[in-house]
Amino acid sequence: MRHLLRRAGFYLVALWAAVTFTFIIPRLMPGNPALAYLARIHSQNVTTAQYNAMLQEFGVNPNVPFWKQYFDYVGALMHGQLGISVSQFPSQVSTILAQSLPWTIGLVGVAVILSFLIGTLIGMLVAWRRGSWYDTAVPPILTFFSAVPYFWMALALIYIFGVNLNWFPTDSGYDVFNVAPGWNLDFIGSVAQHAILPVTTLVIGSLAGWVLTMRNTMITTLSEDYVLMAQAKGLPERRVMFNYAARNAILPSITSFSISLGLVVSGSLLTEIVFNYPGIGFALYNAVQGDDYPLVEGCFLVIAIAVLSANYLSELVYTFLDPRVRQGRN
Amino acid sequence: MQATNLTDQHIESASILNRAKGHGSSIFRIITSNLKISTGVGVVAFFVLVALAAPLLTPYDPNASIVRGALPPSSAHILGTTSLGQDMLAQIVYGARISLVIGFFAAIGSTALQVFFGLTSAYFGGIIGEVLSLIINVFLILPGLPLAIVLAALASSADAANKSEFVIALVLLFTSWSYGARVLRAQTLSLKEREFVAAARATGETTLRIIFAEILPNEIALVASTFIGTFVYAVGAEVALEFLGLGDLSRASWGVILYWAQANTALIYGKWWEFVPAGLCVAVLCAGLAFINFGIDELANPRLRVERPPRKRLLPQKKPARAGEAEASLPQMTSQNTTN
Repeated sequence: MRHLLRRAGFYLVALWAAVTFTFIIPRLMPGNPALAYLARIHSQNVTTAQYNAMLQEFGVNPNVPFWKQYFDYVGALMHGQLGISVSQFPSQVSTILAQSLPWTIGLVGVAVILSFLIGTLIGMLVAWRRGSWYDTAVPPILTFFSAVPYFWMALALIYIFGVNLNWFPTDSGYDVFNVAPGWNLDFIGSVAQHAILPVTTLVIGSLAGWVLTMRNTMITTLSEDYVLMAQAKGLPERRVMFNYAARNAILPSITSFSISLGLVVSGSLLTEIVFNYPGIGFALYNAVQGDDYPLVEGCFLVIAIAVLSANYLSELVYTFLDPRVRQGRN
Repeated sequence: MQATNLTDQHIESASILNRAKGHGSSIFRIITSNLKISTGVGVVAFFVLVALAAPLLTPYDPNASIVRGALPPSSAHILGTTSLGQDMLAQIVYGARISLVIGFFAAIGSTALQVFFGLTSAYFGGIIGEVLSLIINVFLILPGLPLAIVLAALASSADAANKSEFVIALVLLFTSWSYGARVLRAQTLSLKEREFVAAARATGETTLRIIFAEILPNEIALVASTFIGTFVYAVGAEVALEFLGLGDLSRASWGVILYWAQANTALIYGKWWEFVPAGLCVAVLCAGLAFINFGIDELANPRLRVERPPRKRLLPQKKPARAGEAEASLPQMTSQNTTN
């Protein structure tokens, strides 16, 4: 329990760092959101009073001391206020993000689970049959696929399965013209159909990491005495593989979850952009294109919070799975 | 880089490479001793040569519009032309220069940060070490690419002059150092307990000298390995940032080529040659670099090597042969198994 509390403390520090970054970085850069907004609406004739009012509204008024801006910023964040979007003025950033977040969580969640299951299984089989032809062939091929940029993989899939074969839709999260959002079969079916190519992109891109981690630890585990013992007892091969070797080899895969998750989230940002998928990545892209600082910062904060929470969850799972951590720290 | 475990393997890799050096073999021996390393080095060398010899490989200026519109590959333009009528081969070979240079400098700078944070955080115990280690872990857990996008966007949105390769390299440097720092920290934690460090301290050497002149040379192979890992990340992230339009769009690099291809909706019109070459180059280069690191891992951990020893013929039963082979190959690794 103390262990988990200490880790929670660490994640709070990380969260504070993310918040502080998003506060400081834009203020170190030249320009400000008010100027960006004025440039956007091509307005030249604003009075000084109007300009100052806008600075106040965006929370970057130079007459307010730096520390007070910071506390106002953090205070607003605690109330869930992320500021006002410049490119979609006057929408709240939090409203835009609330619409995008479910799409990204769904996409990344499905992709991570699929790629973890498939990758770990492949890694296990490849290690079990070490030296066979597929052990020689599979890791290099997967390494190549993981080196392909996510967005380029997405483009290739669009070209082959979308444009040429016309099997899957390549644009947006659901059929915008024919289906209304809601809890009905039409909508869910449409969402699933639109998710196939993006999810495939993410799974292919992140598969290699799981396979190689699992293969390497599984090879180490296979030479343990208890595996030899299980084989000597004449247990069925499948049982030795799953219950003795794989079960012990899987722990490092869960530890590397945090790094993998960061990569998949990054990948999903790019994938969403290519597919015009209405998630956080697409929102971030539009914000970047529209010089929309508050939205850019909001996107980053939401991504950071999501990644941090997922990591803490994976640590909880790890504690649950590994008795050494559970008992040693109590 | 992302696939391997943080500590044991890398630490082992460092000592193995050092041992190989101690026995008088040169870097050349290390390169040729492992198929994966030699493949990777070959791929990287190929791209470096292409970048250096760019003017010899194509007569065209990469940024000049030569023809009208995007032409498919032909004998005059082997890789076709872009929507603006620029020669694609020229863009690729000159683009290799920009992409390699950005990746290289980002990785160099990042490695310097890794060495600084990794070694000092491990060498100093107490509050300094804890704080530095906390900084490393915070950066490790914050999502790197989104942070890079935010930084690059904010740096470049102020005015167009800022949209330079320099900004991209700086952003990549800032967002890529934490992983390597943690690997080096783990290695330094074990190295600082060795005799030679105690001896250096006893002879009154300064702390700076102990860290960078005594400890650092002993983990130089590990630094090389994290450098390659960072290089892979930097090249991939650079292409991604440029694809988002955050780079210098007036000069063709691999990411900028892809940006313009996307901006001109080349794919919908089936102009595959605007996408395929740049993406393949990135993939092959990154795979080549990753292969070097996998090779180093194999040198370090012989169990990962695929060997087909004659032992199998001596022991006809399938199962004991597998266990026996692993035992025979590396007896000294058993202590490592029990630790984790």
